[in-house]
Amino acid sequence: MNFLLINFFLISLLLVTTFFIFKTTSLISVVALTGAFTLLCSAIYVNLDAVDVAFTEAAVGSGISTILMVMAAAKLPEGKKNKLINLFPSIILAVSISLILIIIIANLPLLGDPNAPIHLHVVPEYLKESKDFFHIPNVVTNILASYRGFDTLGETIVIFTAGLGVIALLTSNTLNRKTNFKKNNKKK
Amino acid sequence: MVGGLFIIITSQNYLKKVIGLAIFQTAVFVFFVSLAKVLDGTAPILTKMANVYSNPLPHVLILTAIVVGVATSALGLALVLQIYRNYETIEEKEIQSLELKSDK
Repeated sequence: MNFLLINFFLISLLLVTTFFIFKTTSLISVVALTGAFTLLCSAIYVNLDAVDVAFTEAAVGSGISTILMVMAAAKLPEGKKNKLINLFPSIILAVSISLILIIIIANLPLLGDPNAPIHLHVVPEYLKESKDFFHIPNVVTNILASYRGFDTLGETIVIFTAGLGVIALLTSNTLNRKTNFKKNNKKK
Repeated sequence: MVGGLFIIITSQNYLKKVIGLAIFQTAVFVFFVSLAKVLDGTAPILTKMANVYSNPLPHVLILTAIVVGVATSALGLALVLQIYRNYETIEEKEIQSLELKSDK
């Protein structure tokens, strides 16, 4: 019961944070709110027994990504209070998607049900055998580095590609259309 | 999750759109991790004191996805910076009107 209450409290805080991110126009406060959002998410992960995920979310999600966003927001101009675009169609889209999701979630197994199909296949073997194979008590590490090591290799390749893309974008001068715009505006 | 989608579609500021994408992602992660919960279970670290553990497999998938998500948003931020360098604004309507002007 306690578990559900804490979860409910944290998720309602998440909703409040999302609402304020939606309403705020100042970029730096939006970034700060995003950091708070991810930190709340890591609290939820601890409550759901996913300590490794909570670690990663607190370090990478609310640490590194907030730093990156602050660095970007410092270079960008202050956000303006513009009219919202596409308001009416997006309300319809949001309502219909949430209805579909609620119908699907109502058909899922209950939260914490030990006989749900997800807990019956493959995972019992992981829990039983991984200690004898690898001598590490943390099962998440065993799966990440050993059973599914190729996934992690693929992840590393994705990060490398993204880093290459960021460097290429930030250093390129070939895309420079600014001069064209200035010339055109001067002619008029 | 729908809130993130809503921010992506309605806000004109490109940085806010990137943040909306991050929120969307994080909501999906919370859903995945909630599937892994077993009632009365503990974190999947084997000890002699516990018998029931939560499912470690979704945790591993989400661990990978969080890091990839940060890489994606870094790429998005770099794109926004480059847009700002070229157009001197990151509001969608202003960029559209600049494009129209330069076409004439």
